[in-house]
Amino acid sequence: MTSLSLKNVSKSYGAVEVLRDIDLEIEEGELIVFVGPSGCGKSTLLRMIAGLETITSGDLEIDGAVVNDYPPAQRGIAMVFQSYALYPHMTVYDNMAFALKLAGKPKDEIERAVRDAAATLQLDHLLDRLPKALSGGQRQRVAIGRAIVRDPKVFLFDEPLSNLDAALRVATRIEIAQLKESMPGSTMIYVTHDQVEAMTLASRIVVLHGGNVEQFGPPLELYERPANTFVAQFIGSPAMNLIDATVASAGQVTTVTMADGGHADAPIGSSESDIGSAIKLGVRPEDLSVTDSDDYLVKATVEIVEALGETTVVYFKSQNGRDPMIAKLPGIHKIERGSELRLIASPEKLHLFDESGRSFLYR
Amino acid sequence: MSRMSIKREWVHGWLLLLPAMVFLFAFTHIPAVTTLINSFFSTPRGRRSAEFIGLENYQEMLTDDVFWKVLWNNLWYAIGTIPLSIALAIAMALWVNDKLAGRSFVRMAYFTPTVLPLIAVANIWMFFYTPSFGLFDQITGFLFGWPASNYLGNPETALNAIIVVTVWKEAGFFMIFYLAALQAIPVSLKEAAQIEGAGRWTVFWRITFPLLMPTTLFVGVNAVINSFRLVDHIFILTDGGPDNASALLLFYIYEVAFRFWETAYAATLTVALLVLLSLLAIGQFFFFDRKVHYK
Repeated sequence: MTSLSLKNVSKSYGAVEVLRDIDLEIEEGELIVFVGPSGCGKSTLLRMIAGLETITSGDLEIDGAVVNDYPPAQRGIAMVFQSYALYPHMTVYDNMAFALKLAGKPKDEIERAVRDAAATLQLDHLLDRLPKALSGGQRQRVAIGRAIVRDPKVFLFDEPLSNLDAALRVATRIEIAQLKESMPGSTMIYVTHDQVEAMTLASRIVVLHGGNVEQFGPPLELYERPANTFVAQFIGSPAMNLIDATVASAGQVTTVTMADGGHADAPIGSSESDIGSAIKLGVRPEDLSVTDSDDYLVKATVEIVEALGETTVVYFKSQNGRDPMIAKLPGIHKIERGSELRLIASPEKLHLFDESGRSFLYR
Repeated sequence: MSRMSIKREWVHGWLLLLPAMVFLFAFTHIPAVTTLINSFFSTPRGRRSAEFIGLENYQEMLTDDVFWKVLWNNLWYAIGTIPLSIALAIAMALWVNDKLAGRSFVRMAYFTPTVLPLIAVANIWMFFYTPSFGLFDQITGFLFGWPASNYLGNPETALNAIIVVTVWKEAGFFMIFYLAALQAIPVSLKEAAQIEGAGRWTVFWRITFPLLMPTTLFVGVNAVINSFRLVDHIFILTDGGPDNASALLLFYIYEVAFRFWETAYAATLTVALLVLLSLLAIGQFFFFDRKVHYK
């Protein structure tokens, strides 16, 4: 059942259009992650769903009702802010009980809801404290608890982990995943710029860039079948290598050649009209391996070697003046700086993008 | 470090402190102590020097009708000015903190009374209050056909007329503090409350106002002190009259000391004023301490 849908939603500040024709259908029980670089409009989109920003055009539906003109409180949503936004003069209990008190719920019902949420989040012993006496992780849990007690249709998270240190971030991320597990019926929308959070938490990811949805799909689909060069390079770390190539032959299998004499047969369909066109061959650093044979994909000069033990990350001299090519080889390798390596990847790991950056798979 | 250089540092330290200390002692500490001492002596007149008379001045004070009158006036003046100017200050700060056209102009307009000297303010209001020709009489006469009224010359209205001037003068000053405090409250708190179902009114009473409490305490203490400290405008507007209807404690002290030259009695009144102010300030801090949330 559809829980929330956005239809042709746009947002402008005066003449500046920050979001263009966003169409999303979000099912009940999903955890959707909005991910994208700074300024892509992901927080604005979340705030529009929350009702904190107006919708310039298009419709926002929650549970089948158009809620464009509803005030935030009547949309059935709860939001967890990046800065937690706990009321500093209220105890943890009062922070969590605030919404229910405003709604005029009976005292024992409020008490029960707050105690239940506190137990779930291990906040029982902190209920009498003020936010200033809590650690960052505890504040974050109170902010989540405040959302849970309201039993909303949709939870909104605005970069909830970005104020936490690295170790706590991982722990809290796992807690959020467990929380989602324990509330299978609730829909969550989560904004982050961290692709690891996106990959680990999401049932589906929305990649936003420059006010447009670049791709909307499950995490591994975005990894394995990116729709364009932006998604290809945004998802995965280090970013996917994009190599200049020319289409040599078309058909069920597309053969491409590189300027340095390398070539590849990608099992991706193409048409006769593609022959001779300049394209980008995409290959992830972790899919590359070293070869001695003349049947190589690309050859390049080693610039920097990072031996991490578990993997060896090799940075090659840039060939087109842009990002250097990177290979991530499992285990420990003895590789000399300045040496020339021949690299190869299995055909099903290759990606082809046309001149406009669109994947051949989505044409 | 040798004994010699420690001594030199010590001398340097005291030399640096000396200029400020001289002035502080000459104009604050010594007069304060002298005032306390004088309050136990009679006023020296001609060849008669001051004599120790113990608590006689204090007994005189307790039976002085004018003292009780000005104390009562001062109480009424404080009650009339403080809550009103604080409420106005908060309202104005909330207004000019919002997005609104000509915001800096409005802020400046509200702050202008603060930068004017109190004497100048009194002269402006003198014109407003002038019977028949004054701004108020012109307006009330034109709109309602009211007869001329002497707000400053009538014992019933004189003190209230002065209260209005004080509120006008102080609210803008307090507004600046509230404006700064409002800007320190994160917007996300208001947004969180909105999402949780709080309307504008609830957001103000449950979130904004409690978070403004430290400012309210500060402004409150200042307002109380000001209500006993600022009497310049009374000299211009009413000169304490009619029949001491608008005289405040400090004004009365000035009259006793420099018009009647009853310096010993004036010293006694000053001690009473200081004790009163200290009690009020201490009381305020203890009362508010439990209610003020500091971040």
